[in-house]
Amino acid sequence: MLLGAAGFLISNTVANLEARRIASGFGFLGREAGFEIGESFFLRYDAGQSYLRALAVGLVNTLTVSAIGIVVASLLGTAIGLARLSANTLVRGIGTAYVEFIRNVPLLVQLFFWYALITEALPGPSQALEPLPHVFLSNRGIFLPTFASLPVLQGFNFAGGVGISPEFGALLLGLSVYTAAFIAEIVRAGVLAVPRGQVEAAQAVGLAHSQVLHKVVFPQALRVIVPPLASQYLNLVKNSSLAVAIGYPDLVSIANTTMNQTGQAIEGVAIIMAVYLTISLSISALMNWYNARVALR
Amino acid sequence: MRRLFTVALLLLLAAALVPFLKWALIEAVWRPDPAACRAAHGACWGFVVEKYRFILFGTYPYGEQWRPAAATVLLLGLGILSAMKASWKPWLIVAWLAGLCAIGVLMWGGVPGLPYVENERWGGLILTLLLATFGLAAAFPLSLLLALGRRSELPIIRAMSVAYIELVRGVPLISLLFMASVMLPLFLPAGVSIDKLLRAQIALVLFAAAYLAEVVRGGLQAIPRGQYEAADALGLSYWQKTLAVVLPQALRIAVPALVNTFIGFFKDTSLVLVIGLFDLLSTIKLGLTEPAWSGFGVEAYLFAALVYFVFCFALSRYSRRFELEPRRITALTPN
Repeated sequence: MLLGAAGFLISNTVANLEARRIASGFGFLGREAGFEIGESFFLRYDAGQSYLRALAVGLVNTLTVSAIGIVVASLLGTAIGLARLSANTLVRGIGTAYVEFIRNVPLLVQLFFWYALITEALPGPSQALEPLPHVFLSNRGIFLPTFASLPVLQGFNFAGGVGISPEFGALLLGLSVYTAAFIAEIVRAGVLAVPRGQVEAAQAVGLAHSQVLHKVVFPQALRVIVPPLASQYLNLVKNSSLAVAIGYPDLVSIANTTMNQTGQAIEGVAIIMAVYLTISLSISALMNWYNARVALR
Repeated sequence: MRRLFTVALLLLLAAALVPFLKWALIEAVWRPDPAACRAAHGACWGFVVEKYRFILFGTYPYGEQWRPAAATVLLLGLGILSAMKASWKPWLIVAWLAGLCAIGVLMWGGVPGLPYVENERWGGLILTLLLATFGLAAAFPLSLLLALGRRSELPIIRAMSVAYIELVRGVPLISLLFMASVMLPLFLPAGVSIDKLLRAQIALVLFAAAYLAEVVRGGLQAIPRGQYEAADALGLSYWQKTLAVVLPQALRIAVPALVNTFIGFFKDTSLVLVIGLFDLLSTIKLGLTEPAWSGFGVEAYLFAALVYFVFCFALSRYSRRFELEPRRITALTPN
């Protein structure tokens, strides 16, 4: 029965593809892409290069924003998670308010909000805010100095230094802030899972407060934290695909452009799925390896 | 030292909150007047005041908008009714079926007195609520089959369930929505076509089913082996055992996790914006493209956040009630 259904779908698809004169297969990857990409990291790209190259740029963009997002979300999430365990009512209240509000609003709304905040609320480049020397905030993005060059206003925008586009900034901010709320809850549950007796014993041996945290609580909490943390990292990578909605050229956004230009929808979706499955499996393999290391033997 | 820290934190909080409240309330413009908004320093809530009907009902014919309004109230009423334990009786299913039929008649029309409205014109809050409700209603039975399939002793069924669940959970929802909007038409025989709304709904159902299946599986695993063995000893068939003994207990255990998945799914319906459906978030975004109102995105998205927050927070408070009384729920299971 299943084979029959599959055969029916395949024969329909072949007939439809012929009717629309779409050649199947991955031959299109070598053809000239012909569209520009707003920003790229590490890889050089121009419109004359192939679709394969364009998709590679998209993949690198996805991985870049995900990698930075994972680091920022982990730091922020740990801080908020510990704040929710604080003895200070005010600190605890701020942590709880953060988690409750961020978790109950869709990520897409948050991304639009951050993007609107950056492009509408920040001044133009000529009146850019300069919170630190040579760090400029404007509606064209954030410009940071490097060792080699400092950002300088030239015409309508800054030149030199490192620029972070509003799209990248909004996506990174949105992903980090959103995932941090979930990581905070995982961290909190992990710390709560450490039996009270462990803390009391550590205090009785005369360890300082920071030593209690570093040598007794964290190593034991990590065993509880790592498995759900891995799935949050996976969610962050998958959520980075929402970039398409605010115009950051990630893999999905570039695959979407490719599908619209070539009509090769099946191949495009297959590429997206294959790439994300590979990333998912790699992260879970890495996390399993780490988990095996911290687990009790 | 501690008191000093609290005071410093309070000052910091005030330094952030006071300008925000000044912007959001005191200096805000509530009149739907873009010129006044641009002159003022505060927030411009006039956008929401002017566009509220578009945000709630999308491009539904203006004179007929009492129909989606009535459908929204009906749907919310059914939701609130289902939240009350006293109404967990067989008649609730009848109420839902009758309610959904009434909503269908209200939205589509085509009966005397109600002109037909094609579903390309549906939009706004009611579309978000309908996508979430019908998505869950269709995904839930599918997820039961997938969860049972994953624990089945038949290798082919087990392998197919595992492959489906892991494949769908491994890819972003956006890729499934793209698949539904560009690939689904290719699968159908010539002459058959399904509209954009249904295609998006299918993608959402397939997506939700995989996640719900894992939650149900968690519930299935929490049931002691003795229950299975006792059912086998009584000579019950597989389906008798599953329907009368296993599933009722597993679902009770899984309620808090199920509600959390519902919340996630409700938030995820906002992604249909990417393939061009006019849900709550899309109508807000579309309202901003009008030149007079462009540049008030911060206010508009804060409003969107508030609407989603009200729904999701209410649901999460509700699910917490079950987490607080796990013992009482497990105590109920033997009946």
